[in-house]
Amino acid sequence: MAQAEIANPGVSRRRDWRPFLSRYATLGALIALILFNLAITNNFASWRTLDVNLTQVASIVIVGVGMTLVIATGGIDLSVGSLMAIAGALAPIIFLGKIYKIPEIHLAVAVAMVVSILVAGAFGWFNGWLITRFRIQPIIATLVLFIAGRGIAQVSTNGNLQPFKLDEFQWIGLGRIFAPGNPTANGFKGIPDQVLVMVVIVALAAWALNRSLFGRQILAIGGNERAARLAGVPVATVKRWVYCISGLCAGVAGLVHIAINSSSDANLVGMGMELDAIAAVAVGGTLLSGGRATVTGTLIGALIIQLVRYTLLANGVPDDAARLVKAALIIGAVWLQRRGKA
Amino acid sequence: MAATESTASPLLSMRAISKAFGGIPALSAATLDVAVGEVHALIGQNGAGKSTMIKILTGYVARDAGEIVFDGGPFEASSPQDAQAKGISTIYQEINLVPYRSITENICLGRESRRFGLLDWAAMHNEARALLSRFKIDVDVRRPLMRFSTATQQMVAIARAIGFKAKLVIMDEPTSSLDEREVNVLFDVIRQLRRSGVSVVFVSHKLDELYAVCDRVTIMRDGRTVRTSEMKDVSKVELVASMLGRDVAQVAKSATAFGGPSTHIGATTLEASHLSAGHKVHDVSFSVRKGEIVGFAGLLGSGRTETARVVFGADPVRSGALTFDGASFAPRQPEDAIGRGVGFASEDRKLEGIIPDMSVAENLTLALLPQLTRAGVIDAARQRAVVLKFIASLGVKCSSPDQPIRELSGGNQQKVLLARWLAMGSKLLILDEPTRGIDVGAKAEIQRIIKQLAEDGLGVLMISSELEEIIEGSDRVFVLREGRSVAELPHGEASEAAVMAAMAHGEAQPAEQEHA
Repeated sequence: MAQAEIANPGVSRRRDWRPFLSRYATLGALIALILFNLAITNNFASWRTLDVNLTQVASIVIVGVGMTLVIATGGIDLSVGSLMAIAGALAPIIFLGKIYKIPEIHLAVAVAMVVSILVAGAFGWFNGWLITRFRIQPIIATLVLFIAGRGIAQVSTNGNLQPFKLDEFQWIGLGRIFAPGNPTANGFKGIPDQVLVMVVIVALAAWALNRSLFGRQILAIGGNERAARLAGVPVATVKRWVYCISGLCAGVAGLVHIAINSSSDANLVGMGMELDAIAAVAVGGTLLSGGRATVTGTLIGALIIQLVRYTLLANGVPDDAARLVKAALIIGAVWLQRRGKA
Repeated sequence: MAATESTASPLLSMRAISKAFGGIPALSAATLDVAVGEVHALIGQNGAGKSTMIKILTGYVARDAGEIVFDGGPFEASSPQDAQAKGISTIYQEINLVPYRSITENICLGRESRRFGLLDWAAMHNEARALLSRFKIDVDVRRPLMRFSTATQQMVAIARAIGFKAKLVIMDEPTSSLDEREVNVLFDVIRQLRRSGVSVVFVSHKLDELYAVCDRVTIMRDGRTVRTSEMKDVSKVELVASMLGRDVAQVAKSATAFGGPSTHIGATTLEASHLSAGHKVHDVSFSVRKGEIVGFAGLLGSGRTETARVVFGADPVRSGALTFDGASFAPRQPEDAIGRGVGFASEDRKLEGIIPDMSVAENLTLALLPQLTRAGVIDAARQRAVVLKFIASLGVKCSSPDQPIRELSGGNQQKVLLARWLAMGSKLLILDEPTRGIDVGAKAEIQRIIKQLAEDGLGVLMISSELEEIIEGSDRVFVLREGRSVAELPHGEASEAAVMAAMAHGEAQPAEQEHA
């Protein structure tokens, strides 16, 4: 072109420090929290502490990853706790052979896991369908399954507790890899399987968000939905998949939860999980209005919340009071975001 | 009729009003005088300063300089509510009412009658009924507002405004959502107001309406008042000319950077016949050929943008036919149009163009991205190559492809958005106000790029409110008026006079024969 001109490298670029601030603020908070515990809490620097915290945080992080993607599009998913309950109710029905007895136990468990996760994903897709087809606000559309989902779980189990003891299934909540044959002196018991699942999901989602077409389209929709549509981004399709992924993540977390408990109680599985996940996303530095998201931030956010709770409990503060601290953390995170936007 | 008194006693006098937003002047010493019992038209193109003027008057924004005299004394409104209390009411384009509440509640909102600390419903219903009867509207005032037609809702808004014993009523495009009969009812209301001594400031882009109901007119352009006159003393063409600034002698022979007409015009790329869609497009036919710049001229609200959105699949079409490259073309989503080789740069870059938080590179490749991926994974190297190529060829000034696009100037953002479609190898580019909000230097640069694109064989549909751009840049001009394509003018024949005549009357003859 006639007016060709090389981009002028001399144009001064004002460094945009705000995303860095909010990202490293969360990481800094986590490090500060760890240092604080090292100084204050007895026996903090042990494998046991790490084990307890990572085991407890895994399901929140898994759900939080799906939530991060949803929030990145500018939406929200309130149904994740109920979808956990559905997956948690469905899996034992299958592997305990309550409807049809699959003779091979490994096959039964595999079918149970795959089917229950896929069903949760299908319900998530339904959320996305409601939102895109009828232009219902996400908070309302997912409220439908927030309410109905737990009902479905309860009805399908007749409201009964489903206890089980089945190592072939419970590896996902109780199993460990690299477990030493004999108890070691330092208390290392191996890496819990659900932590491994968590790490894989976080890594996959973080990579996809930054490197895949799908991830960039998610952020484009959250950043400016009208512009994204006019640039040919298939907004409805992307959103349906995002809610579907959130459902799949909830399904996985539901299985982890019942495996840990050796039983499935439709009334309790995933109770309040939606709020824990949203809190982790918010503390992690993802913009709640969409367009800017960090999956690793969500991991850090969940770790902060978990560690604060652990710190307070380990130092004799009751769990109820710990909720106040959690609330304060969220306020702090939102405040940081506001500053980032201003 | 009321013209004789209208010059007599002034009700409102706004003098030397100035206002700047973030250093950019929106108003420079603008004036507005309205007499008692006068219907006063206030007109101007987008950005002329009409709405800023109204916002200052109603206390929505504070003025930087100037004085306002209203009803014999200095006037200062701290908020729209304050202005209303002092006798100036505003009826906005969109209806600012509570759809779920009854008509009575909407009319009496904020000034409820009370008895013993409770609402006096009987009195309020009576007041609402009495008010509406002035407008010849007889409805059940207890029913929720949303159960009634848009017209009735509009009337309720007007009734509410006048119910405050207003001395001046500002109507900002009150007829945009009304049908013909309802417009006539509204005009009766306005005439009745005039008889009872209430003044009206009437903002509209429909010129016929101004002649039907207004006594005087104030024309604004670029933040200044350029003309005030009796309505009957000014012809439609004069109105349009004043709005566009054509009465000023143009010294510069060529005000744009387009150069002459395009030389390599080929076969028809897009053909639209008798399109209609939504409320604003009724019957639009036009075509764009390969290597041709087609200009869409028309006043605000003439349906130019709406037509473009239909062609791009962003809005549904009601009737009419489209062909693209000789085959029928019915895009249901922008994706469909993009797939066929159409690109669209919206008039509102911030709202519909850029993804502000994303980088230059990502904004540039947003549409192309599916083609830059292998199994869903973005090929970063190829993406970077494309981006660097277009940054260089269009001269985008940015520190690096990774710079967030919101940090770029308007002109550079526009170049990135052009590149978004060029990277796609589009055959037809729809540009809605491509140089709006861009400084003069970058403007010329964008215009040169558009010209070069046409020379390279691209079909360009350019919507512009700037007459120079339309007349000098277009190889053919289609003039739209109230949702209809009313004239087709080739480059040589598209004179300012012809285009303005078509915008004003719907015919391209310079109208010496016209009488006001």
